[in-house]
Amino acid sequence: MTAQHVRTHTIDMSSVLRDQKKTDEPNETCIKVENLNLFYGEKQALHNINMEILKKKVTAYIGPSGCGKSTLLRCINRMNDLVDSAKIDGKIILDNENIYDKSVNVAALRRRVGMVFQKPNPFPKSIFENVAYGLRIQGINDKRVLEETVENALRGSALWDEMKDRLNDNALGISGGQQQRLVIARAIAIEPEVLLLDEPASALDPISTLKIEELINELKEKYTIVIVTHNMQQAARVSDYTAFMYLGELIEMGMTSELFTNPQKKQTEDYITGRYG
Amino acid sequence: MIKAWFKSGTPWVWLNAAAVSACLIMVVGVLGLIVVRGVGHFWPAQVIQFSYQEPDGTVQTIIGEHIDSSITPAAMAKSTGHIMADDEDTLVQYLIKTGNRDITGTDFRWILERNIKQQQSPAELMVVERREWGDFYGQLLAVKENGNIIAEGARAWPVVQTRIDEALTVFKEIAHLEKKEVGAINYSLEQLRLEQKKLQLKNRWDAEAEQRVAAEKADLEIDYKKYQTQLSELYRQIRRDSLIAKTEGGKEIEIPLAKVVRVFQPNTMSLFDKIWHYGAKLVEFLADDPREANTEGGIFPAIFGTVMMVIMMSIIVTPFGVIAAVYLREYAKQGFITRLIRVAVNNLAGVPSIVYGVFGLGFFVYILGGNIDRLFYPEASPAPVYGTPGLLWASITLALLTLPVVIVSTEEGLARIPSSMREGSLALGATKLETLWLTVLPMASPAMMTGLILAVARAAGEVAPLMLVGVVKMAPTLPLDGNYPFLHLDRKFMHLGFHIYDVGFQSPNVEAARPLVYATALLLVLVIVGLNLTAIIIRNNLREKYRELEG
Repeated sequence: MTAQHVRTHTIDMSSVLRDQKKTDEPNETCIKVENLNLFYGEKQALHNINMEILKKKVTAYIGPSGCGKSTLLRCINRMNDLVDSAKIDGKIILDNENIYDKSVNVAALRRRVGMVFQKPNPFPKSIFENVAYGLRIQGINDKRVLEETVENALRGSALWDEMKDRLNDNALGISGGQQQRLVIARAIAIEPEVLLLDEPASALDPISTLKIEELINELKEKYTIVIVTHNMQQAARVSDYTAFMYLGELIEMGMTSELFTNPQKKQTEDYITGRYG
Repeated sequence: MIKAWFKSGTPWVWLNAAAVSACLIMVVGVLGLIVVRGVGHFWPAQVIQFSYQEPDGTVQTIIGEHIDSSITPAAMAKSTGHIMADDEDTLVQYLIKTGNRDITGTDFRWILERNIKQQQSPAELMVVERREWGDFYGQLLAVKENGNIIAEGARAWPVVQTRIDEALTVFKEIAHLEKKEVGAINYSLEQLRLEQKKLQLKNRWDAEAEQRVAAEKADLEIDYKKYQTQLSELYRQIRRDSLIAKTEGGKEIEIPLAKVVRVFQPNTMSLFDKIWHYGAKLVEFLADDPREANTEGGIFPAIFGTVMMVIMMSIIVTPFGVIAAVYLREYAKQGFITRLIRVAVNNLAGVPSIVYGVFGLGFFVYILGGNIDRLFYPEASPAPVYGTPGLLWASITLALLTLPVVIVSTEEGLARIPSSMREGSLALGATKLETLWLTVLPMASPAMMTGLILAVARAAGEVAPLMLVGVVKMAPTLPLDGNYPFLHLDRKFMHLGFHIYDVGFQSPNVEAARPLVYATALLLVLVIVGLNLTAIIIRNNLREKYRELEG
């Protein structure tokens, strides 16, 4: 082992241990991926993925660029439906129901499985209207309900104190980190069961990144969270379980503490020790 | 050295700058010419009295305004038949507006500078602007009431002023009664006639209906009689007074005040008077109906028609264009067919506008309009209602003409919206329609406005197709008035662009109309600029609101 690896390793362990203390609830499966294959045209992007994601835990997907971790994440709320050439077979079971069944209402599914993207994408509307957007499309227009939900969502994303006096300002006028937390508030305002985070901090500065990570720690008390990240330290800091993917295949998945300290596969070890490639 | 200069790119910068300057100079030149020629028309010019020796040797008086000068080199003047002395290098000619068309047959004549014996501007020369026969130039002699002279010589001037004011008040009243009140009665009578015919066609013309229609008709007749007596009283009043004036030739003529718009003595007017006069003429130009085959008076119906047509066109083209663009960009499967449609749409923009006019006449007016008439207005036949050119067909034809620009710019606007916006909305459980309606379309609205701005700019200036589908030289009624249903889409209308063509090239008195052509052109430019500015302001507000994500 190199000196570099030892140092990384020790930092990782301390944060992992700190996080582990909080999560001692019974383990219950929330999402089950069964034999999932995905093709973009002729090219196969995901190869026979099987995994279980536990309720109210944070699961992190790590792996090099192009390994299919974002693709897999986007399968969970059927965002890949938007890509014309994407073809999917296999099952993803959420609460005993295959979300790829013909009878599934995609809009309703996405209400249950919220998503936050890599780049903050607030709508060009006021901060209030951004958070209320999901409610408005469900036909909720009662002012009291909206105000209450918006406040709770902003508190939930630790944004209320900063934003309470400027709810009517345009959301594009706030900083990138605030925008990303606003987008999280927008997602939790409709109270989903699962929250998918696609590299939520990769476009942010270190302070904003820290805030997002703290937020994830708080959110996992209410939501099942799946996060894609490039940053292994981040995966180690925030997640309970980690899945390592490589070239469209799930190489290894396990408790974060174990995967980082004692990887079973050679490829995993190479990647987390920085000897990859 | 030169090579290095070329390599530095400086010559291309200069070339670009030169191209931009050339464009600017041309735009400023066009506007400048229109403004200078058009704006001066209403300013009261000096009236000059010339003693002029005719070619046959007789000396006579000519009264008029100096309009234009021309200087011809001697050689050229000789070749056109002028006799030139050896020491003359040039031949100077003046164009004089002499008015008095009813007496001399022309309003303008060219005179030779060298034959002018004397010229002066006596204060007592007056200009009478008449409703017929153009301006009169001469001296006021007397004012008559019921054929008897009531004021003469110097005392006549103040009297004529007050009498004209009275006559103008009566004239306005007559115009109001005839156009509004009697016009409304005529409209109602026509409606009744149509109703009667409609019932007869449907075999429901029974005693009850007959009685009702007869009663309504009788009511209208009573109103009509009432207005008729009022009108004849007013006509008696307005015909009472007249003025006697002496022409340049010394002939005395009588001008009834009913035929006079205004009388003024430009040589005695102060600057303030002239400004006042100018303002009054400008207001008349903007707010009044045209007179004398469109060469005098105002152009209000043309302004109204132009704006109305452009607004109708916008109302029709925007939803069509936007819906088509949304389908093409968001719903249609991208492939060969959509590419073909895009090419077709882009090529539509290049079709000459007169072709649209022919299509509008053939399809909209004759086929669509003819069938509408047959189905819904059988009682009006043989007179067409919609089966004849009118505002509706003109608007639709122009909407078709401008559809491509709206589709293309809306499509571009939709394509520019980052996919993260759509994903953000979809991820919150919105359907595709909700995403379009709540996020994508509002964000694309500035692009739609851009399309509309281009459409308005093109439509407002288009004349050729309109001549086939609804524009006329003189429309007796506006397409919007106080008679139910207020908006009359079947009516023909006047248009500034066609007005320019008509006044400038179809009028019997081209010389007199030329300044009006410039003034109307200026107004057309202003109307288009105004419409565009409105749209641009709306677009900029939208842009500010939906400023796209940065970084």
